Amino acid sequence: MSASVSDKGLLSGRLFIDGDHACAEGAIAAGCRFAAGYPITPSTEIVERLALRFPLVGGTFIQMEDELAASITAIGAAWGGTKSLCVTSGPGFSLMMENLGYAAMTETPIVFVDVQRGGPSTGLPTLPAQADMMQVRWGSHGDFRVIALCPSSPQECFDMTIEAFRLAERYRTPVVLMMDEVVGHMTERVVIPPPEEISQEPRRITRRPPEDFRLFEPRDDLVPDMCPLGKGYNIHVTGLTHDERGYPVLNVASQDSLIRRLKDKLLCNAGDIVRWEARDLEDAEIAVLSYGITSRIAQRAVEMARAEGLCAGSFRLLTAWPFPEEAVRALAGKVKAIVVPELNLGQMVIEAERAAAGRCAVVSVDHAGGAVHSPEVILDAMRAAAGRR
Amino acid sequence: MSSQCENPVKKFLRTDRMPSIWCPGCGIGTSVNCFVRALMDSGMDPSGMAIVSGIGCTGRVAGYLNLDSFHTTHGRALPFATGLKLANPELNVVVYSGDGDLTAIGGNHFIHAARRNMDLLCICVNNLTYGMTGGQVTPTTPTPAIASTTPYGAYEPTFNLPHLAASSGASFVARWTVFHVRQLTRTIEEALGRKGFRFIEIISPCPTLFLRRNRLGDSVDEMRFYRDNSEIRNQCDTRETEIAYRGKIVVGKFVDRTRPTWREAHAARHTEALGARFIQWVGPEDDLRAPDEGMA
Amino acid sequence: MASREIKIGGLGGQGVIMAGMIIGRAASLHDDKYATLIQAFGPEARGAACNAQVLIDDTPILYPYVRSPEFLVTLSQDAFRLFSPELRDGGVLLFDEDMVDPAGLRPGLRKFGVPATRFAESLGRKQVLNLIVVGFFTAITGLISEAAARKAVAETVPPSTLALNTRAFEMGLAHGRQLLSERGGF
Repeated sequence: MSASVSDKGLLSGRLFIDGDHACAEGAIAAGCRFAAGYPITPSTEIVERLALRFPLVGGTFIQMEDELAASITAIGAAWGGTKSLCVTSGPGFSLMMENLGYAAMTETPIVFVDVQRGGPSTGLPTLPAQADMMQVRWGSHGDFRVIALCPSSPQECFDMTIEAFRLAERYRTPVVLMMDEVVGHMTERVVIPPPEEISQEPRRITRRPPEDFRLFEPRDDLVPDMCPLGKGYNIHVTGLTHDERGYPVLNVASQDSLIRRLKDKLLCNAGDIVRWEARDLEDAEIAVLSYGITSRIAQRAVEMARAEGLCAGSFRLLTAWPFPEEAVRALAGKVKAIVVPELNLGQMVIEAERAAAGRCAVVSVDHAGGAVHSPEVILDAMRAAAGRR
Repeated sequence: MSSQCENPVKKFLRTDRMPSIWCPGCGIGTSVNCFVRALMDSGMDPSGMAIVSGIGCTGRVAGYLNLDSFHTTHGRALPFATGLKLANPELNVVVYSGDGDLTAIGGNHFIHAARRNMDLLCICVNNLTYGMTGGQVTPTTPTPAIASTTPYGAYEPTFNLPHLAASSGASFVARWTVFHVRQLTRTIEEALGRKGFRFIEIISPCPTLFLRRNRLGDSVDEMRFYRDNSEIRNQCDTRETEIAYRGKIVVGKFVDRTRPTWREAHAARHTEALGARFIQWVGPEDDLRAPDEGMA
Repeated sequence: MASREIKIGGLGGQGVIMAGMIIGRAASLHDDKYATLIQAFGPEARGAACNAQVLIDDTPILYPYVRSPEFLVTLSQDAFRLFSPELRDGGVLLFDEDMVDPAGLRPGLRKFGVPATRFAESLGRKQVLNLIVVGFFTAITGLISEAAARKAVAETVPPSTLALNTRAFEMGLAHGRQLLSERGGF
């Protein structure tokens, strides 16, 4: 057989599975042992696989009454001491906005997955979109920040789920895996390393005794440590603006210091968080900036462009948020245009335009969702941006 | 003050957060006093207890109790507590919140937590109104009480909370008023020793917004009202515990039964289906690695 | 190099998706190629039209959908009617000759039929129809090796049905090979 199962129920080897299943296996490999969800296409296969697999590896899955419940249940479990996952798609993600904000405010290490489908509202349940990219950044009220990752294949669904848990624990923050219907439902080879080769990010547990410990006192990296429950630390966690003890302090000064630190802890650690992939950009006249499933279509378009003598290259966002602002600004200084195809009517292109700040043209290749772009459409936009035809 | 005269409840409170936000005459503090005394009487280790609240005046209880405490989003105390308990089964998890939080915005979670018989003690301080936001109508405001959003009197039928909890599957259901401090303390202590979804409703005055707006006097008057109009009926059929405006209040312990908790049912099903292959989650490991000293 | 594009169409319950799964698994796990399987998701029920799209390539697959199949496998008349116009010039139709009348197929396209339903009935289980088709596909197209296909079959079907499914695979394979030798090769 191509894959094997360890005595602890952990899979390794080569599998032919879809992105949803790969995400579930990534969570198990990362050490996640709690998940809450509510059935919603096209994400349901993730929780179905966890419902099947968790009892064999000592994990708990619970199907809640709605996504409001699922999201806060997963957050409760994270505080209880497990790595915890919450899975949904657009309509459910809208309900989860409340608790995504709570997780950001309370600095809860937790991973959300949004398998994006066409919207708004019920939209296209079984067809793809990438139209929640701004929702994940701005969808909960108030000035919050999260980390968002964009896999483009089942293998990356596995790898990035592990990375999402690493970042969540490392920076005590919600991390959102922004999948899409195609990536979730496409089946490809996924290689799972042996369990001993997968590193599981430990929780930042304090060594201080209760009397010296503050749950929201940042260390040098601006991230505070956590503590075990039931050991006399008597922590207080609230969604209200709070001081380092976690006590509500509702004034301008504490709001300013807390909200700025929550922003800075992600931006100051961007070097470890933000990832992108540059291909064929050394001599490129035209760059295509893309993410998720669209980055594969964009790469095809780049190859077609190169075949006809148009110097094109690809800039792929692995991390959508925080946005790799400086890298895109540098890129804008070198190319004639940045072409941004995405399965929405223009979301990340706004960020690309902002980063480019007029150094080059930024061209949106939009798509309302329901399918992927044709590579030819992206190629045409590249030709036009290069002044050919 | 010498330790001799110190109130024994004090060490369970975050005194550095006092005074509380609660108005003079509010019943929430009385309920907290009963809760702490029940906790002391139970002999339980308070460090093994976590308290979870939603939003509202009662939602602030978590912030005043010196336990591991969580002040969550509005209505979501029960599902938060569900995750907390399942991830850390050794913890005793208590949900302490108000009628608006638990039965309006959190109503769906309430019936499902009861249906699952989730192993939580759920204390609902029912003051018949939304206090923190200024006295709006709740699912328990009786007809035709005046509230800020029913200025001509409430007209919607109310939830009978003991009946809602019992018919949804709760394994323990009781109700007292804050006048019944001894009975309430004893019932909380009893409930702390049970398993499954345990629901205690505490009828409590909101002098600022409910009593004053309805010209019902102050909290002392309301204590007299509770004394004169409460009817103790243990084991009473919960269909008979509805509260009418200024009507009698049936109090007592109504339900005390054994049903499998969610975790027990989960384990039983998976053990039957998977035998020795089933591995049950028992809680986080104690040897979680601490961060490098260099980062301190 | 462009990906080899395969589309399998039939009715829900015929095992169309599993056939695609075995072909993709054989190519990607055992022949060391790249393969992508996309199943058409929709309000499918047993008896409704469904299809699986498989791409096979020597290099990583970028565009994940079949745009114009080189190989079309049809297990129902509906699937033939719907998908045969998509076949590219020089493409190949494989069909269950008990279920599909390929009349009206564009000239210039090759076609190979297998009595898959009758074969399956002769084995006593209609459910093995898709394994007959996988065997037939393996023989006719040469896109996956026999050894890889056999491994993929073993990994995909329920263990208790492996013997029967292997026999079904072999019937399809033998029929395909015989057809090829009769016609003097592919």
